[in-house]
Amino acid sequence: MIWGVLQFPGSCDERDALHACTLASGEARLIWHEDRDLEGIDGVVVPGGFSYGDYLRAGAIARFSPAMEAVAELADAGGPVLGICNGFQVLCEARLLPGALLRNEDLRFVCRQLDLLEVDGPETGDMGGDSAHRPLSIPAKHGEGRYYAPEPMLDELEANGQVAYRYAPGQNPNGSVRDIAGVRNESGNVLGLMPHPEHAVDPLTGSTDGLRVFRSLERFAA
Amino acid sequence: MRVLIRPKEGILDPQGKAVERALPALGFEGVEHVRVGRMVELEAEDPVRLAELCEKLLANPLIEDFEIQTL
Repeated sequence: MIWGVLQFPGSCDERDALHACTLASGEARLIWHEDRDLEGIDGVVVPGGFSYGDYLRAGAIARFSPAMEAVAELADAGGPVLGICNGFQVLCEARLLPGALLRNEDLRFVCRQLDLLEVDGPETGDMGGDSAHRPLSIPAKHGEGRYYAPEPMLDELEANGQVAYRYAPGQNPNGSVRDIAGVRNESGNVLGLMPHPEHAVDPLTGSTDGLRVFRSLERFAA
Repeated sequence: MRVLIRPKEGILDPQGKAVERALPALGFEGVEHVRVGRMVELEAEDPVRLAELCEKLLANPLIEDFEIQTL
């Protein structure tokens, strides 16, 4: 499978994402934000950083880029789309994922290794359930990662199996509602999370659990 | 035109809380319910579409309310 990794002015994790995609799935290339052509790309990563300086709200301007139009089309067609950190914010702003990300509850930037629990979705098959797999050890680094959605929407997300990752008990770093670290769309092909799986792909840095996140979307590649 | 954007009622506003907590130390007692938002000033040829513009870009309707003022 070939991943495309978007690059906005202000992206900063696109190189790690490229490396992670290559390790996880075999091949990856960068896509400039003004490029609307996803020819030959099976799935897209919207990486972390501060796209367009995070002006107005994180992700608010990036969602209007030509590359994001192409990503929306890929998402609608059922192709895999993974948003990490700022990429998660962009996907929420683009309404490809439900909810929004707000300033961390304590107003502090958080940077630490955390445990994430995988939550089963309708399309995740072999993930094996909340308790069947040990928690994923993945770092988080963000100042605006407090996941928010209104209560009725949260109930609906849980009923649909759209909560993808939760912070392990006692490790919620930002005040996210219901400890939510990541969500997926209804069909499961669009996934976003605040922690950084692309920084957890090599034993040298302590964990390779991030690879699981990339591979969980491979089933959606055409 | 001026657009005022504020966090929706019921959404935790840690900036507002931080401001509120800092005030007593400066001798300002009795200040409550501080909410911090954003103000955008703009000139528009066609103000009719301003609400649409706010919903699409200036505010995120899921988390923010906006108010358009004519100056």
